[in-house]
Amino acid sequence: MPEFHPVLLARIDKPDSTSLAGYQADGGYAALKKALAMSADDVQKMVKDSGLRGRGGAGFSAGAKWSFLPKNHLGPIYLAVNADESEPGTFNNRILMEEDPHQLLEGIAITCHAIRSHTAYIYLRYEYGRSYRVLDAAIRECYASGILGKNILGTGFNLDVYLHRGAGAYICGEETGLIESLEGKRAWPRIKPPYPAIEGLFRRPTIVNNVETLCCVTHIIQRGVEWFKSIGVPPDPNNKRDVGSYGPKLYCISGHVNKPCCVELPLGVTARELIDTHGGGVWKGRKAKAVVPGGISMGFLSASELDTPLDFEGPGRAGCLGLGTAAVVVIDDHTSMVDVLYNCCRFMAHESCGQCTPCREGTDWSTRILDRIRHGKGRLEDIDLLLEVANSMGIIPGTTICGLADGAAWPVKNALTKFRGEFEEYIRAGRRSVKPADELMAAH
Amino acid sequence: MPTVYVNDQQIEFGVDERINCVQAAQRVDVEIPHYCWHPALSVVASCRMCLVEVGQKKPDGSVAMQPKLIPGCQTPVTDGMVIVSDSDKVKAAQQATLEYLLLNHPLDCPTCDQAGECYLQDYSYRYGRGYSRLAENKLLKPDKDYIGEQITLFTDRCIMCTRCVRFTREVSGTAELQVVGRGAREEIDIFPGQPCDNKLAGNVVDLCPVGALCSKDFLYKQRVWWLKTETSVCPNCSTGCSINVDQNDDRVYRLRPRGNPLAQGHFMCDEGRFGWKYLHSDSRLTTPEQRQGGKVVSRDWDVILPAVREALVAAGRDKKKGIAAVLSPWMTLEEAYLLASYLKSLSSNVSFALGPVRTVGEDDKYPKDVYGRPMEPVKFTIRAEKCPNCRGIEGVLRHFAGSVVPMGDVLGRAASGDFAAVYLVGGDPEGWITDAQAAALEKVDTVVVQDILPSPASARATFLLPGGSFAERDGTIVNHAGLAQEIHRAIRSPGEAKPDGRILWDLAGRRGLFNPASLRKEMGETIQGFGPLRIGKLGEYGVRLEM
Ligand SMILES: Cc1cc2nc3c(=O)[nH]c(=O)nc-3n(C[C@H](O)[C@H](O)[C@H](O)COP(=O)(O)O)c2cc1C
Ligand code: SF4
Ligand code: SF4
Ligand code: SF4
Ligand code: FES
Repeated sequence: MPEFHPVLLARIDKPDSTSLAGYQADGGYAALKKALAMSADDVQKMVKDSGLRGRGGAGFSAGAKWSFLPKNHLGPIYLAVNADESEPGTFNNRILMEEDPHQLLEGIAITCHAIRSHTAYIYLRYEYGRSYRVLDAAIRECYASGILGKNILGTGFNLDVYLHRGAGAYICGEETGLIESLEGKRAWPRIKPPYPAIEGLFRRPTIVNNVETLCCVTHIIQRGVEWFKSIGVPPDPNNKRDVGSYGPKLYCISGHVNKPCCVELPLGVTARELIDTHGGGVWKGRKAKAVVPGGISMGFLSASELDTPLDFEGPGRAGCLGLGTAAVVVIDDHTSMVDVLYNCCRFMAHESCGQCTPCREGTDWSTRILDRIRHGKGRLEDIDLLLEVANSMGIIPGTTICGLADGAAWPVKNALTKFRGEFEEYIRAGRRSVKPADELMAAH
Repeated sequence: MPTVYVNDQQIEFGVDERINCVQAAQRVDVEIPHYCWHPALSVVASCRMCLVEVGQKKPDGSVAMQPKLIPGCQTPVTDGMVIVSDSDKVKAAQQATLEYLLLNHPLDCPTCDQAGECYLQDYSYRYGRGYSRLAENKLLKPDKDYIGEQITLFTDRCIMCTRCVRFTREVSGTAELQVVGRGAREEIDIFPGQPCDNKLAGNVVDLCPVGALCSKDFLYKQRVWWLKTETSVCPNCSTGCSINVDQNDDRVYRLRPRGNPLAQGHFMCDEGRFGWKYLHSDSRLTTPEQRQGGKVVSRDWDVILPAVREALVAAGRDKKKGIAAVLSPWMTLEEAYLLASYLKSLSSNVSFALGPVRTVGEDDKYPKDVYGRPMEPVKFTIRAEKCPNCRGIEGVLRHFAGSVVPMGDVLGRAASGDFAAVYLVGGDPEGWITDAQAAALEKVDTVVVQDILPSPASARATFLLPGGSFAERDGTIVNHAGLAQEIHRAIRSPGEAKPDGRILWDLAGRRGLFNPASLRKEMGETIQGFGPLRIGKLGEYGVRLEM
């Protein structure tokens, strides 16, 4: 394999990585010029041909999503940039926004041209203060130099970009929750259909794309479809539904590793390589017991599954929900899976928006069952009960409105099937993670 | 015709009809259990009680089922669709949803007002698993008696269907109710200090499928299985909301809206809902009375009615003076028709007038925006005209008198001694005649007053006939839009008081028992525009008159 050089992260260590001047000195906004000289349809076609799949979690083809917009729509059409990045373990959008904001803005402008939108909203996770300041400054610079606003770069194309700070909930990142939140309401995901491309923000056609997806667009236009497809994994000829996993990807490595980091690599790198080569190995000389392949909602790989390629299809073959956000969290062999699972469930119970009965009640109940187990009051039948709850809230398709419930169910399913012995042993031996002292503290 | 199949039963529906799976199933009496869906509210498909399997029948007769469960409420039916609501997969989903909904529920049915008409009880019984596997403590949530002047919230009974929230956003527009908190900790609440006191607020109690939102007025008054229900129409304004009157032992305990697409839709207003308390007022007229030589004496009906008849017949023979009648917009068509035709039979010189039509402010339209301005499309109107049957009585008056004149004209002529007898019918519980107006009756020999409450007129009556309230009578009333609906006798009148239709039937000397259906037929044959009444029974929704 030819040596891979980072593209999306190429500029982040430069001293002047956030300024417009610095960006332009590195050839920035040339892709935008190129795109604006092309027809919108041609830009769409390039992105579609590149096979670019969304980096926000679902891995849906970006070009296909754009093509769902109604043809010859009189507008307005909106672009909503999903910068809510809240999946535990995920911090790649943040680096892109904090260190190279113009790369994102260029991707936004190209995408808006391609989808015939003149208004883009960046929905930014509230806690990302630095991202806010950097992006805000970059947007101002663009307006001042004719890259945003009216008649961009003298081409007659108009575009306004609004930076919106989010409402501080995981569910605000779900695309229709995001839209509701942008409209000033509670981020309660909408029922589909209609999909946002038909009826989204303010009931207008809307495309929601992740920050990293849009950054990729810039490079696809600049370097071409062939370049993009030379990176990553082509479709599996035995799987008709696999459309391939092309392009570079930012992998976040955290948890029990020596060197937590975010690296850019071709899609398809294995979990083992990420941990050993890029994460500096498991900490304290220990072994990995389980690895989250792409944010906790994707479930767990066991130690024997570390050679799974982390492309869009690999984690699914290993029984996980998918690649998700490619946020790899390493759990060492000194850690109890009961505690890990409790932590995952607690997060989901806290973040469930509460609309759908199975998600609202299922996330909370599974958390409380696990809490009971952690207090040494587990029963062996709890394992099957937990699995049944997971099934009815997320594994059986169609039981809820959005994907949060699936993401809440998958860690339960993976942990209890791949690590069932550990749960049984924990319960049989009457172990408890919550010590009486903790209980006393909690009581105060 | 497009066709769908529900558990192998075939249902045809109109080409332009847009119905969901729940509605399609209802047509063949298959229940797809549902909580959050309500025909008058937006679809949120969040309770997930209505999950079904769907598929498509292919031309060759085979069926391709979708692997995923779908909410029946969110899914419009299309030609050839196959809906399965009783497969093992669906039953398992129903059991799971019900187990979830009951996890933290206090199971306090014995003290819950909703017991007996509660969808949690009914669905748990029909689709639930019978026991809960919760081994943890239930989440406790505080009750909120501050939700509204008329409404209280038993928070831990709530299943978060958000019907109540959507009602205040979409129908009243006042948006007092909201969801606070997230996940299993979320609760229905109001903004501090802004209770849900809009004029449609009581509807959230009916909408609540469980015993979470309760009516303070009804709370702990009756177990619902003791209540007997009669269909009726609210008399408080000319919207004429279709209602159910719930009573036990001749006491009304509550009114509830009865869905009627031809009338108001699904709801009713709080003025109507709580405006019936006068039915059981201590001042109700309860004995027929006759004034003789300045003395008032109680009479039995079989004594007083012949006396009234005698006096009216005598007045009819009076060559110089005529007879006048004031027909109230609170009367039914049958009553007005009986009285008018009877008086006409006594004399050729009968004058008719319409009793006062009380109006208050302007029509009050909903939903409202944050500034209280009505918004389009209007979903509910509380009418300024505060009586039930103005249009109907006008129709009767036009038939018998050619035109409609106000009560003032007749009273004016009474004051100048034009009439030997005046027959006045009241009915408006807020009053309908002033002392000054009633003074005009001084010159009239025979004053017959038929009413439910005392008034300046009753104080001057030669004959006082205690009538019945809307809940005590059978008959027909016509709303602002010409919709004729039946009201039905739900309770007996207090004391000797008697439904007006019976009084007038007997007075007119008709044979047998007061029979509204036969009178409707008669009116349908004879009165211009009343043709549709010929069918006799007007049905659940009533019939539109050609007026
Ligand atoms: C509960 C939940 C949370 C999500 N959070 C995010 C998020 O923070 N950022 C994001 O880009 N996508 C998130 N997504 C995925 C979005 O719904 C959507 O698929 C994505 O923004 C589309 O962009 P893409 O096609 O460019 O990936 C979330 C999805 C779910 C179900
Ligand atoms: S699945 Fe969960 S988070 Fe998603 S809409 Fe339903 S309740 Fe909300
Ligand atoms: S109070 Fe009643 S209507 Fe309102 S959300 Fe709860 S259960 Fe539904
Ligand atoms: S709107 Fe009129 S008819 Fe309807 S409930 Fe209110 S008062 Fe009664
Ligand atoms: S009734 Fe269909 S989801 Fe609630």
